[in-house]
Amino acid sequence: MLGEGILKGMAETARNFVGSYFSAERMTTVEYPEERIAPIEAARVFPFLVYDTENWEAGLRCVACQICEKECPPKCIFIEKSKDKKPDAIGKPQFYPTRFDIDISVCMSCQICVEVCPFEAIKMDNVFELATDDRFGGLLLDRKELAKSNEYYHGIHPTEAARVDARLAAEKVKADAKSTAAVVASAVKGAERPAPPAAGGV
Amino acid sequence: MTDTAFRREKMEEGWNRPPLIEEDGEAELLEVAMGPHHPSTHGVFRMDLALDGERVVRLKPVFGYLHRNHEKIAEGISYLASMPYTDRLDYICSLTNNWAYALAVEKLVGQQVPERAEYIRVILAEFTRIQNHASSIGFLIQEMGASGTPLMYAFREREKILDLFEELTGSRMMCNYMRFGGCRVDTSAAWLDAARKVVDGLPGFVDEFENLLSTNEILMARCQRVGILRPELAVNAGITGPMLRASGVNYDIRKVDHYGIYDRFKFRVPLGDHGDIYDRYMVRILEMRESITILNQALRDIPGGPIMDAKAKIRGFRPKPGEAYGRIEAPKGELGFYLISDGGPNPYRYRVRPPSLINLTVLEDMCLGSNVADVVLIFGSVDIVLGEVDR
Amino acid sequence: MKTMEEIKAAIEAAAPGAGVEIVPNPSPSGQHSLRIAPSHAVAVATFLRDDAELALDFLSNVTGVDWLDKEVTEKVKVTSTVTKTVDDVEQDVEETVEETRKRVQPGCLEVVYHLFSSALKHGPVILRMKTMNRTDQVELPSLTPIWRSAEFQEREVFDLYGVVFKGHPDLRRLLMWDEFKDHPMRRDYVDPDDYEYEPTPHDAVLTRANAHKAAEEAKAREGTGAGL
Ligand code: SF4
Ligand code: SF4
Repeated sequence: MLGEGILKGMAETARNFVGSYFSAERMTTVEYPEERIAPIEAARVFPFLVYDTENWEAGLRCVACQICEKECPPKCIFIEKSKDKKPDAIGKPQFYPTRFDIDISVCMSCQICVEVCPFEAIKMDNVFELATDDRFGGLLLDRKELAKSNEYYHGIHPTEAARVDARLAAEKVKADAKSTAAVVASAVKGAERPAPPAAGGV
Repeated sequence: MTDTAFRREKMEEGWNRPPLIEEDGEAELLEVAMGPHHPSTHGVFRMDLALDGERVVRLKPVFGYLHRNHEKIAEGISYLASMPYTDRLDYICSLTNNWAYALAVEKLVGQQVPERAEYIRVILAEFTRIQNHASSIGFLIQEMGASGTPLMYAFREREKILDLFEELTGSRMMCNYMRFGGCRVDTSAAWLDAARKVVDGLPGFVDEFENLLSTNEILMARCQRVGILRPELAVNAGITGPMLRASGVNYDIRKVDHYGIYDRFKFRVPLGDHGDIYDRYMVRILEMRESITILNQALRDIPGGPIMDAKAKIRGFRPKPGEAYGRIEAPKGELGFYLISDGGPNPYRYRVRPPSLINLTVLEDMCLGSNVADVVLIFGSVDIVLGEVDR
Repeated sequence: MKTMEEIKAAIEAAAPGAGVEIVPNPSPSGQHSLRIAPSHAVAVATFLRDDAELALDFLSNVTGVDWLDKEVTEKVKVTSTVTKTVDDVEQDVEETVEETRKRVQPGCLEVVYHLFSSALKHGPVILRMKTMNRTDQVELPSLTPIWRSAEFQEREVFDLYGVVFKGHPDLRRLLMWDEFKDHPMRRDYVDPDDYEYEPTPHDAVLTRANAHKAAEEAKAREGTGAGL
């Protein structure tokens, strides 16, 4: 019968329309911004810099190795490396960035910087409500604006952060073992030689 | 002469520039520029039409409005850094783009991929295919004038799939997920369960879609015997994907190359008979059903193990000099990447074979002699994304 | 599928003088290619498409490649005759010296075709053609009359590399606009100054951002000063 197909289609639409009153499955839209869906843990928006201790400036994990700057596809990271070394969170002297800018109007949220960073210093944030009319003031983030604490990182990506912490802890144990071994070795050496040389470097 | 007869005659004359205007035609030609801003063009794309009344006598596609020279950008950055740019080619199917690029690089350096990663790739690629076909049918029907309903049904389902993508990769559309030698993050057991749940709901969705559309008289009247593409021309013009199979040519790269682990799955390749718009619609519906069976098998069999090959390199990746062409069956057709390495950290030459662009080669041939209103439909049935056409 | 050598032999039998040369590919992909002389390209292509055993009816991909002039340094042994006085007698003596020479290997534009068979489901067979140089002799025969799928792709190569395809039915720019002069995919292409790029913090944006910040800080200082 001509029109049968159309009627069948109409019945389908009616079923969906009525169904949307009864089943939450069929109501898929959310009235943003009054209503929000729960954030998805893996979601990534723009990068931020992780710091450990209380002080954001001293605790930055970033050692200004500039790998991320080189690998960033649209080249939106800008780093100036310090001339001197400063002790990092564990007390090891390291370079630090005197300037670390990310132009988030160019950044494409690709996460390459996170992947290539050998120091777990840069991670992805999930804040997305960043619209502003101030191109240079609001969208060029500097070191201070980028720095977020490790607790914050745990808050947004708990699983990933736990994995990272475990990795860092393991590394620290290894490094400690090495340095103790070094200390022991040098102590042995010192015992052999009557006059130990003055401590220089690390 | 009726429209259909005219059309048939032109089709039989072969592809090579059929006469544009009939000998005795006294009618004045009307030149129309459809696009670049036209609701039916899926983006910025222009067709320069010459019309004799309602009938199309010439059609020249004009490209380049979205051209950003992706290939040139890729020659200036490292191999890894191109991966997020491939997301932006066919932005509906970023995961298959990732796969094609990863496959080409893996061929270039002879990189193995662990089994679990291969399964994850298949799962993501088939999800991508389903959501691409669903939304492309939605767009097609939208262009026919059914504003919204089928498209929104498709989007409702696509939403569930995109949620899965976001949970795994961190992004809904710009996934940037695959790496040379594996995948970036592992799937959790919870994710696999969620994926199984979505797959269980999919057959119901396809049924619903079919109830809504397949026997609809208006759809049949508008789509059947319109925009016919003969198989010989389709092969010669390099058409691939559902367009080629709707013309009855059995060529599916999943079956031909068995790239990845596609030889482990049982699935059929749907073929069309007439090569018209309706066949293209039907082939897409059936491919969705086949993808569901692949998904069921892959989600059932997925093994444990690592997701990155131990030899794979993230930093300091420099392939030895040489070249490789890798291709996959993307939802829109054959997506290939051709890479030439000179031993440096950046590719010397990086070429994308874009199915969307090449599938438009026959647009004029399919449209000659049809009505203007049909041009919109024929164009919609090709299923293109301008990000890939212009690159 | 036949091996490269067999394909080469078959082509040479069908199109004598085609000058087929196997270009080895050292990468693990093992996709070796065949370089053919442009003068015989159409004959070779027709043979490849119509031959029953090869049936390469599907041209998948057309790529342009730009090879710049390359300076190669090589060591050559040069034998020259020198007149020398030996034992108070002038004699012609042959002498071999090793010389380091610099030679400019002329660049060219290359077009690569990837062929498959949809009937026999094999491939790829890769064809390459070279132009004489990069400047004035950039003509190659078009393969569009044999495989229609080359139509847009050859237009693209013409547009972005400047290879002129003889026999192409509609050779116009594809992606750039018609008035555009250069060929942007060439490796020595230089962006025009007014190229609209997205500035990054490395250059212009950084300067402006610095100025912006300095101004803000000055304002803040003024503000606190006035408050006191
Ligand atoms: S997310 Fe990507 S684009 Fe953004 S800063 Fe990191 S590497 Fe650059
Ligand atoms: S964020 Fe990481 S990769 Fe970037 S400079 Fe700092 S330590 Fe290096």
